[in-house]
Amino acid sequence: MPEQVMLITGSGKGIGKYLAEYYSAKGYRVIGCSRSEVDFKLDNYRHFCLDVSDEKKVKEMFAEINRSFGRLDILVNNAGIASMNHVLLTPLETVHKILNTNVVGTFLFCREAAKLMRKNKSGRIVNFATVATPLKLEGEAIYASSKAAVVSLTEVLARELAQFGITVNAVGPTPVKTDLIRSVPPQKIEDLIRRQAIPRLGEFRDISNVIDFFIRPESDFVTGAVIYLGGV
Amino acid sequence: MILKEQLISVIYQAIDEVNAVLPPDQQLEKSIHTVLFGESGKLDSLGLVNMIVTTEQKIEENFGIAITLADEKAMSQRNSPFRTVESLAEYIPQLITERQHA
Repeated sequence: MPEQVMLITGSGKGIGKYLAEYYSAKGYRVIGCSRSEVDFKLDNYRHFCLDVSDEKKVKEMFAEINRSFGRLDILVNNAGIASMNHVLLTPLETVHKILNTNVVGTFLFCREAAKLMRKNKSGRIVNFATVATPLKLEGEAIYASSKAAVVSLTEVLARELAQFGITVNAVGPTPVKTDLIRSVPPQKIEDLIRRQAIPRLGEFRDISNVIDFFIRPESDFVTGAVIYLGGV
Repeated sequence: MILKEQLISVIYQAIDEVNAVLPPDQQLEKSIHTVLFGESGKLDSLGLVNMIVTTEQKIEENFGIAITLADEKAMSQRNSPFRTVESLAEYIPQLITERQHA
């Protein structure tokens, strides 16, 4: 089997960085991207600096992936931003930023990845949802809405891309200790965790475990699924 | 400056690739008059998607230019640029010019 090529968005820090390290160690050829340069070096890893909603830059990166590797097997759409704010105090610019990264970025990467994957009649796309959507989290109206859009995108693309042998699924993490929740008051996190069936913070390995399931060859009949962690 | 003949040749490369997965009765002829989209076209909707995306990739491979053929302008034109091989070859230079000035 040829070396599997995996693209992970938002790989500069947090969950994305962990996933880049995890899959690089497992022998995947990992391509990552984020808005800034990374402060780490990994075997089998190549980094691109871009904004995931910049169509021109994204297309150029995919053209380079095609030139260098001639294939893409797995896309992990991890890049995402959040902003905790009451709706009455949410600036429009924040709304645009969140929708651009979380929805437009996910869409663009799915579209361009599918163009490459269709050549081999196989591919795996894993998107990032969040428990904030089913929990209807107050203070996260735009973040939860943007991820609801990602869930819809996942479900519809699963159907549109099935004919190319591409599966599209999503993992919905609980809060994990990353920058994304840094500004959320501890009491809020506590309250949220209590609403989970298993009341604990998520670990990075909880997320890679679900991705491992989605991308394994035996999961070629699993598509359009959203797995929320923690029993939400 | 990319010549129309060069673009037609690239579209023919895409036709070769698309024909490889099409049934015998839906094979596309390599002619500038071949209808890709609309009445008397042989491609179904999935076939057209394949043809457009394959052409995009061939342009990128041959000329090193990454364009999106199915942009809003193409979708809203009264006469679709995807109607025939020739109309597609005439539309692509507009996109390349726009991209270079973006």
